[in-house]
Amino acid sequence: MRRNYEAVIGLEVHAQMRTNTKIFCGCPTTFGAKPNTQTCPVCTGLPGVLPVLNRKALEFTVKTGLAMNCRISPYSRFARKNYFYPDLPKGYQISQYELPVCEGGWVDISVDGETRRIGITRIHMEEDAGKNIHEGGSYSYVDLNRACTPLMEIVSEPDIRSPKDAAQYMRKLRTILRYLGVCDGNMEEGSLRCDANISIRPVGQKEYGTRTELKNINSFRFVEKAIEYEIARQIRIVDEGGTVVQETRLWDSAAGVTQSMRSKEEAHDYRYFPDPDLTPIVVQQSWVDEIRASLPELPDAKQARYTSSFRLPEADADQLTAEQAVALWFEAAVAAGAPPKAVANWMMTELMKHLNDENRPIEECPVQPARLAGLIALIEQGIISGKIAKTVFEEMYATGRDADSIVKEKGLVQISDSGAIEQAVDDILAKHPGEVARYREGDEKLLGFFVGQLMRAMKGKANPQLANELLKKKLV
Amino acid sequence: MHITSAFPEPIVKLNELSIAELRRLLDNREVSAQDVLNDIMGRIDAVEDRVGAYVTVTRDAARAMAERADSALAARRAGLLTGIPLAIKDNICTMGIRTTCSSKILYNFVPPYESSVTSRFAEHGYVLTGKTNLDEFAMGSSTENSAFQTTRNPWNLECVPGGSSGGSAAAVAANECIAALGSDTGGSIRQPAALCGVVGLKPTYGRVSRYGLVAFASSLDQIGPITKNVTDAALMLNVIAGHDPLDSTSAPVEVPDYASFLGKEVRGLRIGIPKEYFIDGMHQEIDHSVRSAIRQLESLGAVPVEVSLPHTAYAVATYYILATSEASSNLARYDGVKYGFRAKGKDLVDMYMQTRAEGFGPEVKRRIMLGTYALSAGYYDAYYKKGQQVRTLIKQDFDKVFEDVDVIATPTTPSPAFRVGEKATDPLEMYLSDIFTISVNLAGVPAISLPCGFTGGNLPIGLQIIGRSFDEATILQAAYAFEQSTSWHTRRPLL
Ligand SMILES: [Zn+2]
Repeated sequence: MRRNYEAVIGLEVHAQMRTNTKIFCGCPTTFGAKPNTQTCPVCTGLPGVLPVLNRKALEFTVKTGLAMNCRISPYSRFARKNYFYPDLPKGYQISQYELPVCEGGWVDISVDGETRRIGITRIHMEEDAGKNIHEGGSYSYVDLNRACTPLMEIVSEPDIRSPKDAAQYMRKLRTILRYLGVCDGNMEEGSLRCDANISIRPVGQKEYGTRTELKNINSFRFVEKAIEYEIARQIRIVDEGGTVVQETRLWDSAAGVTQSMRSKEEAHDYRYFPDPDLTPIVVQQSWVDEIRASLPELPDAKQARYTSSFRLPEADADQLTAEQAVALWFEAAVAAGAPPKAVANWMMTELMKHLNDENRPIEECPVQPARLAGLIALIEQGIISGKIAKTVFEEMYATGRDADSIVKEKGLVQISDSGAIEQAVDDILAKHPGEVARYREGDEKLLGFFVGQLMRAMKGKANPQLANELLKKKLV
Repeated sequence: MHITSAFPEPIVKLNELSIAELRRLLDNREVSAQDVLNDIMGRIDAVEDRVGAYVTVTRDAARAMAERADSALAARRAGLLTGIPLAIKDNICTMGIRTTCSSKILYNFVPPYESSVTSRFAEHGYVLTGKTNLDEFAMGSSTENSAFQTTRNPWNLECVPGGSSGGSAAAVAANECIAALGSDTGGSIRQPAALCGVVGLKPTYGRVSRYGLVAFASSLDQIGPITKNVTDAALMLNVIAGHDPLDSTSAPVEVPDYASFLGKEVRGLRIGIPKEYFIDGMHQEIDHSVRSAIRQLESLGAVPVEVSLPHTAYAVATYYILATSEASSNLARYDGVKYGFRAKGKDLVDMYMQTRAEGFGPEVKRRIMLGTYALSAGYYDAYYKKGQQVRTLIKQDFDKVFEDVDVIATPTTPSPAFRVGEKATDPLEMYLSDIFTISVNLAGVPAISLPCGFTGGNLPIGLQIIGRSFDEATILQAAYAFEQSTSWHTRRPLL
């Protein structure tokens, strides 16, 4: 009989920090510059140069550690990871080994309405390598623009149990990093990268199985797919009586499979040792406190506040807090006086549809939050109908103008004067004696016809509730 | 505007003068910077083919710098080194001027940037005479490990000048420059200074910026002056000492005017004499000269005190684990990809292997392999980590002794200059020539070597004075007092 297996997954996530300059020199970190134009003697590893730590990178790492509930080490240091590769100009990468900046934290993820806590083993700083460029022909090229840009490595405990949880964990990290403004979270551009350590074990077994390390997962879509594939592969091996081999495997997104890259025996001995060119990093508690005080409200706290203070359903709160800019937009609209649920509904339907269609970030939304609040107020006050409001919103989105002036200019104010509506009803009934007769004989579906006629006559501005009432009254 | 014509046939040659003496002549405009440079270049022409101190003589750069120096002198804008011809060890980067580390792997490397020490020299108006020979990547004690040439000892051309700053020490001793910069990882300034009869100062680790010094062992390397006398060492240190934002390991410790300590008396100064440095079977003439030197200091009022540095016996082994570990990583960048020598290979890995096999000399390869081994998984704790622990003990030895004494006096070397080839085939024997200088680097403290006598064969003997961290002032004070009460520093080799 086929046994039941449980997957044990740990993720190592590399996040490129959004500092203006590189981690050990003053070169800019802008993406997409011409090859080797953002380099200097330090980041190209010339003989005799020395690294000097960019304090912003340390601040970003401490910030992230605090947001992920880590202990911040008062004393940490850099180590050298030694290996040869053309994109690594010094022949070693400056990283952290024995004493990372942050240790022992956690983040909560929510999957199918359940909250799970994923442990964070450590967060450390390191420099990125450059890029090898193979364009065919007998030469390869090296671009060192990316060399020495600051990375954070966020290592999770093996607390993740399913591909779906892994993907959710990645999304959560991305959300937190973006809230903190320390990483743009763009997996396709490589500013967020993920390696996964994966093993399986029979349900109930305590010991871990042999793990494989999965590299090259370079998009959110593939986090789930790649891990799914690898778990299935391992289960198949064990079910067929084989044993999983400890090795590093590459995710091949085109073929949708993982492939062996190197075995345990071929694994590098990186010969880590403390980097003598950089003095130990001493972090004062007062500075940590300062950074803690400067942290923004984080997604978990916002989410809790939205469900308790704003009484939003959990799904709404989740959606609105996934991006800080969206949450801030929402809060601004609420602060302008609109009921939270109404704002949430408008944002999650009309607003997001427009923004998504144009692939426009909410920061560039032509409608200001206070103006959406103004539109909602017009509906609440019965000045326009919900249907008219959609037309008004289109105009607001197209022009950026406020609802009030659009409604006034276009004469869209809803008519709630029963005298005027009554007059129009009388006219319509007089014009359609045949339909009136049929209605009175019991064909009540014709009510829709009369409503349509009335709305057309009144250019849609009749208060719909009032119009219905009056029609029914006169048709009896 | 030349004043040369007004300066008759000199009694002393300009190339024989010190920085302090030339400073006065230049500032008084009795000679021009170009006169001084011409005299130095004449001297180089006369003796360099026998000494071989230089890898590169920078005639054109020197001429331009001397012209600028003369303009500055004319405008009364002279700095501390304006017009002074200085030589730089060829492991210190000079922008636009080939910097080889005496290695085939960097034979064509022209730095696009300037080291911090030479930047400061330039601000003070120095004239660069050239780049001096060294043991490849500063690994050695004789300059025999240079890929290009073996420098000869000006006192005896059959002998080595010591190393690794042998080129700088020989150039100073042979008057091929007025003073020079060296670097000292385990004795590489002091040992050649002792063997060439000149003054060599290794400052405290962190006192002088290492930015632009091609790294051998980053936690031990330190740049320092090699000069004709103690005064010049103080003057050079005044220029290069101090924090540098480009070197995180350079210390933000205040820099005193070192020259102001020269001439202060040494009465009551407590001098530690470590018993581990005066052992049975020691070279007799060295033992004799150093003991005489200590008696001389005593006669000036200093107080000798016997002290113990109990972990001295472990210093050489510790050094060769830690220094090679760091070197194995520091030298990884010489892979043929970006600069320097590249050999042809079948593929990337083959190119790496051929480049490093052909580009590095045997001693460098030996140390890379030693260090790689010491850092390897499974050996790290037994070697590198243990080495760090012993290093701490050695440092504590010095801390303890300095609670009781102001300076420590020892011989600089266990033997005078040895013959070329004598130790070249026995690395261990060569390593032991740094036995008295290595502990100082492990402890990070400053030390100076100055002439204190000669052997019967007319080879110089060096006295080493070691000080507390960041207390170069006191060792300069003691060294100056000794120097001024003796005449050893006035002797020059006949070439
Ligand atoms: Zn750079």
